[in-house]
Amino acid sequence: MALQSLDIKARSATTTPSPDVRAAGAIPVAKLIDISKCIGCKACQAACMEWNDLRDTIGENVGVYDNPADLSAESWTVMRFSEVEVEQGRLEWLIRKDGCMHCANPGCLKACPSPGAIVQYSNGIVDFHEENCIGCGYCITGCPFNIPRLSKKDNKAYKCTLCSDRVAVGLEPACVKTCPTGAIVFGSKVDMIHHAEGRITDLKERGFQNAGLYDPQGVGGTHVMYVLQHADQPQLYAGLPNDPSISPMVAIWKGITKPLMNFGLGMAVLAGLFHFVTQGPNEAKEEEEEKQ
Amino acid sequence: MSQGKLIERYNASERANHWLVAISFILAALSGLALFHPAFFWLTNLFGSGTWARILHPFIGALMFLLFIVMALRFWKHNRITDADRQWAKHMTEILQNKAKDLPEIGKYNLGQKYLFWALLTTITLMLISGIVIWQPWFAPLFPIPLLRIAVLVHALSAFVAILCLIVHVYASYWTRGSIRAMTRGTVTAAWAKHHHPAWFREVMNKNR
Ligand code: HEM
Ligand code: SF4
Ligand code: SF4
Repeated sequence: MALQSLDIKARSATTTPSPDVRAAGAIPVAKLIDISKCIGCKACQAACMEWNDLRDTIGENVGVYDNPADLSAESWTVMRFSEVEVEQGRLEWLIRKDGCMHCANPGCLKACPSPGAIVQYSNGIVDFHEENCIGCGYCITGCPFNIPRLSKKDNKAYKCTLCSDRVAVGLEPACVKTCPTGAIVFGSKVDMIHHAEGRITDLKERGFQNAGLYDPQGVGGTHVMYVLQHADQPQLYAGLPNDPSISPMVAIWKGITKPLMNFGLGMAVLAGLFHFVTQGPNEAKEEEEEKQ
Repeated sequence: MSQGKLIERYNASERANHWLVAISFILAALSGLALFHPAFFWLTNLFGSGTWARILHPFIGALMFLLFIVMALRFWKHNRITDADRQWAKHMTEILQNKAKDLPEIGKYNLGQKYLFWALLTTITLMLISGIVIWQPWFAPLFPIPLLRIAVLVHALSAFVAILCLIVHVYASYWTRGSIRAMTRGTVTAAWAKHHHPAWFREVMNKNR
């Protein structure tokens, strides 16, 4: 859904500038998820379903607390539970709210071939506009966090919108609004980094020497950030990538090769034309024709 | 221009096969190019919409592959590369300048045509394999994401080579006067055969004696 009140910084498969005159006033936003404060109640999952009118099919218990077991076109956020022993004999239950990270350099947007199916607002939110989505699944190959899901019902790609519709009218995302422990907070990215710094100092005082902020620079930073107790080992948190970036395969595929290939095809056509007008046709000689 | 004697080059079934491949290849190329780069996205309009282009493309491609394989099996034996071909290739510049004389005697196809055959066979097979891997919603969910990334790159690169081959192929048959009728009418003039494919001409003449 296009939001006329939000300017667009980048638009998939578009080579001309996007509507951007009001961008100067846009403040980059961020959602900060403090994993050390999360109790795994899944209120945010329920709030997400509520606000976005999503009702996933009832799944099956797969033996862990993750429910549903994975993200889907109807579950845009999922709590992932990891039992780890960073220190021998000291069990820790790490609960990470998984969902779109709203990358500053979004691989999904880069991969998408359909104009305007993925947009990035000037405030940093990456949004899928399903009415322009053709269902090719390229965004899935582009995303370093394995987030977008194609719906089995309509073959369109869905993911967390960071409640762009709420943010556009000055509200915080539904998950933030509902979190009972204040583990999820929302505001300008600068404020959220500042808030995280306070939390990290606190965690360090409590013995988490490696506490830190997860705002991976490989994708230009993200507009959803985590406070991690063990920021030196993000993979402890249900495989959160250590140093995510857009895969080099995707970079080659969508990078310079495409314009070069376009150029190559154009030149081949021109080469044919100019060969013909300079050298003329290749004909069997008249005498050979006569001899028959 | 006198017609001279006519020689059959392709029978009706081979011609039908070729044109079915040609039509499906062009439709696959147009719908594929539409997703290849924003500059070509307008091509999706030829298929109804972006979504329709995405849905139809793999089916057209798979059909094209089947038709192509039938054709390739029929033409296979004429496409083995020989010494005469290698000799012929040394005269490339003169050939392109229409100045070639005393060329080595080549068979039904020259080296350019044979390379085209093998290049298309390779790229079309690669496109089938990579295309199945990235085929949503049927097959792609069965493969890990890193493989999808490789497949989509392989698919785009092979498509580029294949479309380049097509451009060369179309131009070469237009440039070489008297070739197009081989695929439209099935016949070529004896002069054409003798000039462009002397070894094949002799073979046909001996057989018909
Ligand atoms: C042999 C069977 C083929 C299959 C199964 C296949 C399948 C696919 C699939 C699944 C896609 C992704 C978009 C979509 O879902 O429509 C695609 C993209 C594409 N295909 Fe094919 N295809 C085949 C043959 C061809 C042929 C013959 C050509 C052209 C000569 C071609 C050119 C392309 C191009 C240019 C793209 C866009 C790639 C990109 O975005 O970089 N394909 N193909
Ligand atoms: S599935 Fe939709 S959103 Fe994803 S890349 Fe394709 S067109 Fe874009
Ligand atoms: S996490 Fe994935 S889906 Fe979300 S913005 Fe980044 S690349 Fe796109």
